[in-house]
Amino acid sequence: MFAFCTDPATLDTLPWFACYLTNGKHMAFYASFGTVLLLLAITAPVALLFGFGGAVASRSRVAPLRWFGVGYTSMVRGIPDIAFFLFVPIALDQGLEWLRHHARCPDWSEPIRRGNDFVVCDAAKLPLSTADAWVHDAYGFATAVVAFAVVFGAFAANVLSGAMQAVPRAQMETAEAYGMSRRQAFWRILVPQMWVYALPGLSNLWQILVKATPLLFLLGVEDIVYWARELGGAKTTIFEYPHPDWRLWYFLFLLVFYLALTQASETVFARIMRRLSVGQATAAGDALRKAAA
Amino acid sequence: MKTLALATAFAALTAGAAMAQDVVRMGTEGAYPPYNFINDAGEIDGFERELGDELCARAELTCEWVTNDWDSIIPNLVSGNYDTIIAGMSITPEREEVIDFTQPYSRPDPSAVASMIDGLDLSDAIIAAQTGTIQAGYVTEIGATLVEFASPDETVAAVRNGEVDAVIADKAFLEAIVAEDPDLMFVGEDILLGGGMGLGIRESDPELKATFDAAIQSMKDDGSLNALIEKWLPGSATF
Repeated sequence: MFAFCTDPATLDTLPWFACYLTNGKHMAFYASFGTVLLLLAITAPVALLFGFGGAVASRSRVAPLRWFGVGYTSMVRGIPDIAFFLFVPIALDQGLEWLRHHARCPDWSEPIRRGNDFVVCDAAKLPLSTADAWVHDAYGFATAVVAFAVVFGAFAANVLSGAMQAVPRAQMETAEAYGMSRRQAFWRILVPQMWVYALPGLSNLWQILVKATPLLFLLGVEDIVYWARELGGAKTTIFEYPHPDWRLWYFLFLLVFYLALTQASETVFARIMRRLSVGQATAAGDALRKAAA
Repeated sequence: MKTLALATAFAALTAGAAMAQDVVRMGTEGAYPPYNFINDAGEIDGFERELGDELCARAELTCEWVTNDWDSIIPNLVSGNYDTIIAGMSITPEREEVIDFTQPYSRPDPSAVASMIDGLDLSDAIIAAQTGTIQAGYVTEIGATLVEFASPDETVAAVRNGEVDAVIADKAFLEAIVAEDPDLMFVGEDILLGGGMGLGIRESDPELKATFDAAIQSMKDDGSLNALIEKWLPGSATF
């Protein structure tokens, strides 16, 4: 990074740290904060979408759809996250490769499963082994997003279906009295009002999602906890910057980061809650009305 | 529907890549200096990096390096996420039931026990080893208490903070650590375990195994493998 970094062994403490904290490995560490934030930013809306779908399905009047919705939420919520994170990406990857294999190599005669091995033709590999490293990274990241979205979607579905039931029945009856169809009442009356009831549960889920990101390394995505452990571990003189076991400091830094992220999310959620409470028949909505009067 | 859309997206994304040259993906752990580690620039480095690059050059393959957790390094090989394991993995009968190995590229390397206690009796000591390693198996064999850790680094940290009495690992890994820490010392004799290290390859991939066997043989024949061993693993037996 800096010109004086060519021979770290000769440096004083301050320039040594300046060089150490800007070496390639630390840059990868800093970049992994971006990876984690990006994962959160993509996963949260996708999981919410899954959750909304699950909630709508589980209160559907069509029986098979209802079974699917109820099955999804109760099954995923009952399985340990870690088992799911190991299962979903492998199953997804092998499933996609199996489909591509049948589409692209129809005249391949050998079996796909051979003993312990799962072998598809080269053209069916996902991503192709000739692909650039970033494609592999992006693919790993995408499977991580799907795994997180499936798991957190199930919890969100439960929160949202609870919120839908919490909207006062009188609201829906009024909608019917105005001649709205079931669909109209759902989209115009129920959905806009349910968020205020869903928000506490959703903010809880968000916090759990934030804390769950270290599971990323299970999926081969190098996250901040992986890098903190790798950088903090004692380094012998085979490395350019030898140092003793500094994991404590790196983990302390992560602790501060996670606390700051929690604080920031609390602030944002408090703001959203205030907005949503306007005009609602809840205690918070009542307080807002009194304050305005 | 969702997965289908995803598949199409990736098919489109990857379809343009050239298929002309064979790409072999090399899986390693990146946490076991001097065999393999992530250097300060964030790249994979070490004995096996240099060896692997040379083998690929001789076999005229394009190689790409991938890091993977030690625990899942064999499962990810057999499910095809990469094509070889080159991660300081000793050739053992248990592993050979699941994957194939090339001919060894290192002599059975001495393992050693490092401790802060002089004259420690190993048979009733508490010894740390990395999970699923040949040394972990050895500890249970001699009747000592085994404490397993996920990474080599954690095994050494456990000795330093007194959680265990000693750590067992390849001597080449421990050598630098013991040399630089006045509190740590080697206990007892060196222990010879396993049949040397080899590249792990899927059982369904005999061509790749033959290619690497030939490349290793050519490095053994012209002495370049010995030069690499002397550079990275001083004190280890050569061929």
